[in-house]
Amino acid sequence: MAETVLETAGLTMRFGGVTASDNVDFKLRTRELRCLIGPNGAGKSTFFKCVTGLLTPSDGHVFMRGQEVTGWHPHQVAALGVGIKTQTPNVLDALSVHENIWLAARRFFDPAEAGARTDEMIDRLALGPIARAELGQLAHGERQRVELGLVAVADPWLVLLDEPAAGMSAEDVERMTAIIHDMTRNAAVVIVEHDMQFIRSIAETVTVFHQGAVLMEDHVDRVMSDETVRRVYLGKKA
Amino acid sequence: MRRPAARDVAGILVASALLIAVMPMLIGTYTLTVLVIYGMLGLSLGLIWGFGGILCFGQAAFFGLGAYVYAISAVNIGESTLPMILAVLVTAGFAALLGAMMFYGRLGDVYLGVITLVVTLILFKFINTTAGPQYVIGKARLGGFNGIPGFQTLNVPGDPEAYIWGDQLFYVCAVALVIVVLLVTWLLRSSFGRIAVGIRENETRMALMGYDVAARKTVLFAVGAAIAGLAGALFANWAEIVTPNLFSLGQSAEIIIWCIVGGLGTRLGPIVGAAGLAYLKFMLGQQSMIDNTLIMGLVLVLFVLFLPRGLVPAVASLWRASVGRGTRRRPSRHRRLRHG
Repeated sequence: MAETVLETAGLTMRFGGVTASDNVDFKLRTRELRCLIGPNGAGKSTFFKCVTGLLTPSDGHVFMRGQEVTGWHPHQVAALGVGIKTQTPNVLDALSVHENIWLAARRFFDPAEAGARTDEMIDRLALGPIARAELGQLAHGERQRVELGLVAVADPWLVLLDEPAAGMSAEDVERMTAIIHDMTRNAAVVIVEHDMQFIRSIAETVTVFHQGAVLMEDHVDRVMSDETVRRVYLGKKA
Repeated sequence: MRRPAARDVAGILVASALLIAVMPMLIGTYTLTVLVIYGMLGLSLGLIWGFGGILCFGQAAFFGLGAYVYAISAVNIGESTLPMILAVLVTAGFAALLGAMMFYGRLGDVYLGVITLVVTLILFKFINTTAGPQYVIGKARLGGFNGIPGFQTLNVPGDPEAYIWGDQLFYVCAVALVIVVLLVTWLLRSSFGRIAVGIRENETRMALMGYDVAARKTVLFAVGAAIAGLAGALFANWAEIVTPNLFSLGQSAEIIIWCIVGGLGTRLGPIVGAAGLAYLKFMLGQQSMIDNTLIMGLVLVLFVLFLPRGLVPAVASLWRASVGRGTRRRPSRHRRLRHG
């Protein structure tokens, strides 16, 4: 049996009277690609934030490679070798594309190695012509690509992506799909996503969230044809 | 920041050698000395604010602390070398404690401003109440609002009789400033400096990359305070007395104005802003027609309205626009600073 890289047990997050994440048990095997879907407010992003340390869960536990990381700060989680992309673009706008990716690489490699990996990543993402441009002046798709690049350059073994396809053009999405497939050679990837077309193109196993809890977890085809999922997620009447 | 390091260093050395040679012919060294010291103080805030995004309203606290630590230890030791070192180390240590409290407490920018402001006020009020004879540290009486006069001033290390004052003090201060600028240059080119700039841009992203933001901000804050402490110790030597006014809020506000007018996010800006405005204040102090705080306020307002990025960045982009056009074209790099 493959190693479990991410596991949550009874993960619960309450905001006052609202239970945004309700007793979530989740398991992810090494090099697995998993998509989390669900309607707005289903608790996907809350779950994501609890796992990455951006929120401290009210109850339950998070384990990464068997180590308990519940209540850790994001930088401690990231330092384990976890790559994280948040829902809203989180990049260094006044710095160049190169500097953004270099800083991510520098955390795990010495300056020379970081420089080499940065150049390699810039080539792989076809960012060469804009490598020295200030990130804040680039198009949304390019910034998303840079953010994906700075996650990938650190060579993570677990990648958590919150809505990576949001606001991207078809061409950008295609390129990103390739990058994500590339990542799964070394890392387990969790993608929180709305874009059903994107999910269909990339997903194998899908976890469906509904009202904070896991509704079902199965292969993408079975999930898409499931009556309950269609009712809660796609808004179809049963 | 993309220029080769050697060219950067050579530029700093040539420019400062020229200035050290020429300036004493234009302005008396007594005045120049304090301008240089203020330049160093400006740079200390320029480093943590312009490159680290930490807006400290209490940089004067570190300046005053450096001066007081120097004065108190100089009275007790009777030689200046160790007191100079102590002034830097104690100030940095104090800032590291204060910084750790603020940054690990995840305080927002506003609260950071409030706390640093209040710390300055507390020091000011406390030192003012120490007039009584019971306030003694070793042989040094704190002296309340009268301050501490008559301590051993700067001497050649190991020889307490060989005082360094007048022109010599100016050269010592100027060389100290050059060394500090070179150290800051090195720091900003190092990984630590580049990461600090990253933290200024986006703390969340840097944390998600795995950087311990609180620890790094604490270290940078302490480095800035160490520079302010050194400036304070040199100031004590220049003034030959330390008084609680060093901790005044007016002083803290002035340092911030220096940085805004000179230009944040540059090394030169805060130095130029500090020396320029301090000289302006000195000139205005020689007349009684108009109140100099009025002029300072006017200068600040005009800069914020017409040169919001400050003097040095404005001159630099003007220079690039006129000179850089004929030679090689680089993609324009308009730096916009974002501050919370």
